[in-house]
Amino acid sequence: MTPTDRTHRTVDVLVVGAGPAGLAVAARLAAAGVDRVEVLDREQRAGGIPRHCDHTGFGLRDLRRVMTGPDYARHHIAAAIRAGAVLRTGVTATGWAAPRTVDVTGPTGLERITATAVVLATGARERPRSARLVPGTRPAGVFTTGQLQQAVHVHHQSVGRRAVIVGAERVSYSAVATLRRAGAEVAAMVTDQPRHQTHPARHLGTRLRHGVPLVTGATVAELTGRVRLESVRLRHRDGRTAAIGCDTVVFTGDWIPDHELARSAGIALDPGTRGPATDAEFRTGEPGVFAVGNLLHPVETADIAALDGRFAAAPVLRHLTGVPWTPGPLPVRVEAPLLWISPNRLTPDGPRPPHGRFTLRTERFLTRPVLTVSQDGRTLHRGRLPHTAAPNRPFHLPADWIAGADAHGGPVRITAD
Amino acid sequence: MTVTTTGDLPDEVYDVAIIGAGVVGTAIARELARYRLRIALVEASDDVGNGTSKANTAILHTGFDATPGTLEARLVREGYQRLTAYAAETGIPLEPLGALLVAWDGEQLAALPSLAEKAVRNGYHETAVLGTEAVYAREPHLGPGALGALEVPGESVICPWTTTLAYATQAVRAGVALHLNCPAGAITTGVDHHEIATPRGVLRTRHLVNAAGLYSDEINRRLGHEEFTVTPRRGQLIVFDKFARGLVDHILLPVPTALGKGVLVAPTVYGNVLLGPTAEDLDDKTATGSSAGGLASLREKGARILPELLEEEVTAVYAGLRAATEHGDFQIRADPGRRYVAVGGIRSTGLTASMAIAAHVAQLLVDCGLDPGPEREIESVRMPTIGEAFPRPYQRADLIAADPAYGTVVCHCERVTRGEIRDALTATVPPASLDGLRRRTRALAGRCQGFFCGAAVRAQFEAATAAQDRTEARR
Repeated sequence: MTPTDRTHRTVDVLVVGAGPAGLAVAARLAAAGVDRVEVLDREQRAGGIPRHCDHTGFGLRDLRRVMTGPDYARHHIAAAIRAGAVLRTGVTATGWAAPRTVDVTGPTGLERITATAVVLATGARERPRSARLVPGTRPAGVFTTGQLQQAVHVHHQSVGRRAVIVGAERVSYSAVATLRRAGAEVAAMVTDQPRHQTHPARHLGTRLRHGVPLVTGATVAELTGRVRLESVRLRHRDGRTAAIGCDTVVFTGDWIPDHELARSAGIALDPGTRGPATDAEFRTGEPGVFAVGNLLHPVETADIAALDGRFAAAPVLRHLTGVPWTPGPLPVRVEAPLLWISPNRLTPDGPRPPHGRFTLRTERFLTRPVLTVSQDGRTLHRGRLPHTAAPNRPFHLPADWIAGADAHGGPVRITAD
Repeated sequence: MTVTTTGDLPDEVYDVAIIGAGVVGTAIARELARYRLRIALVEASDDVGNGTSKANTAILHTGFDATPGTLEARLVREGYQRLTAYAAETGIPLEPLGALLVAWDGEQLAALPSLAEKAVRNGYHETAVLGTEAVYAREPHLGPGALGALEVPGESVICPWTTTLAYATQAVRAGVALHLNCPAGAITTGVDHHEIATPRGVLRTRHLVNAAGLYSDEINRRLGHEEFTVTPRRGQLIVFDKFARGLVDHILLPVPTALGKGVLVAPTVYGNVLLGPTAEDLDDKTATGSSAGGLASLREKGARILPELLEEEVTAVYAGLRAATEHGDFQIRADPGRRYVAVGGIRSTGLTASMAIAAHVAQLLVDCGLDPGPEREIESVRMPTIGEAFPRPYQRADLIAADPAYGTVVCHCERVTRGEIRDALTATVPPASLDGLRRRTRALAGRCQGFFCGAAVRAQFEAATAAQDRTEARR
């Protein structure tokens, strides 16, 4: 054997990532009679992020019932296998050898897999402390929620005794629960926003039950401590700073798609989501390559990712029958304070996005904003949102205006005021 | 093979003791290991290369811009040749990318010919002055306004961690005793040996080498010498994501001016892009934190040199302290009366110069009365491939076929396998911490900084550490 020998294989559909989105699309395709549907995951176990989310609340939108993250992961794994998809874990897609041809590494060796359709379902991750450019020393005790959850729920490792949580969105409250489970005290939650960004009941419960104070309008100015974290210094909006003594800090939220495989294929990314630019049919700019789940919208709940997978099955099937690859020609762009929109390419006479709506994010609270859709100065839609748009939470824009867009015109722009 | 981390030091009198297991101390230990000597290498922290050696710009310098005639100029020039050859032999990641000193204004442009002349006086003849077009042809993503550049083809990027580790590994395998967690305290110099107090007992040695880096002035004073004072000069650096690597293909050095040396942009051997360093004189030798002001100033300078760089994700931020002194040159001084050699004031060129410094120090020890005896062949070492210039284990069918652990990727961002982590944990000089493991394998050093693999890497580390503890307890 030479150092670079690879086994070559061909499959019908190769799904990269065995989280809710990847498993759901694989299950649908296999159930629809596609012969060889193969799902790869680089982790030792399939299931994606829900594997280590040891709390309830999963499955409401796709399964119409509620279960824990690990149970939800098991459900989707079983469904995909039952439908006839092949699940392979501990196998890493390392790059592209040709269009729709992926090189992989696993314990059994190197392979090169060519597929008629490749579905990228590689998910998202939280930006670590370094990417947020938080200054200070580099002590132990600095986590993201993902790392914290795996340490506590999967590996039963000890974490610190007293923690500060950076962020006050949905995942931040999961971090509180995980820390409490590990026996750590939560000294404070910190957000740069004027208030938390989760359901009021969840916030109140956390505050009352665990007595966790919420510090609003503050950013992390510095971490201190040589070997282990000693304090988190905060800067308040008015410029004054204060230090909170703690041995653990969890940076939550601030999601970025795990877009490495997409980007290394040269697939165009959307400037807002940083995931592949896709249309309502989950098509990327690269023929035969689809993208689903939180790779497209960092981050939505697991059931929304799974629904993506379900919706994507039909366009993948159409591709397998030889329908030409014509992804949506029009880019959809947002302007500040909006951060991103998904999907972000469209075909005026094509299908509507799932549920007939787009998903957006804002960088600050907007009280019942008016959303305006325009193209080349022409207004296609204008409507007031019936509620406040909060950062780190989805809100939606109906898609019934897309037929009025000019397929040969400039980008479609979404503004909020 | 002796590496100790706890317990009493052996009751013996060493021929040579070296204080400080940084890149210079380990290089000296390796050099002396070629003779039948009893050598101790003592280090205050829990790992080799844990000070200045672990946090620098990771560049192998030709020495083209050194001050001609200085000791530093000679040792950098010699060290460059020696380390280049050693890297090829041992597998230390090294990429000869070449440097461009980009001139952004008239003053800098005017300085280029004199820099080329200075290079010649330093024995380096390969430089060329490039015009604007040639500069942009080589680096199309460079920001607007570059007027020209001096090309220095020999400048290279290297892995500083593997370098130190290779020296230490080879030294230990050849019989050097490495004592970690062993800070040097009071030193008493007797007629035929020194006694160095440490928390782990007294270290006795006939000859003493001070390679204590930031603390070399303090050790020096304990021997009655006052020649230099170390002022820690902090350098903050930003490491950008591997996707930034396509933006730059040379080491982009600033043109040194009256205002100082400035900030560079350089690829790393791991496929990232480095921006830095700042230069801040401090009085705290432990102040290795980054600051908001430092990072902001780096981003501002980086935006001019390579605007698209700022669009890329940041993978890591770190700060290192270089051992600056009030002198312009290395402070390498022998005191034959006390059988003592001080190796102070080794600044950012210390990595490049390390092997030449070691040879120089060995000669000074002979001048101090050390009889090294005959030279002997020592076993060569082969270091793990953690650079991107050669296939890594996850890309090697032959390795995976022999051992599937090399096909099991644990750290996804850096594609570090279970087999590599296992090997590092059982190596001659094993890591004492996850940080040490990161420097040996790249595990945890990638863009997710542990989001995906942090807990799994820690689990493997703790399992191996627990197994070692059990083995030691049985003994």
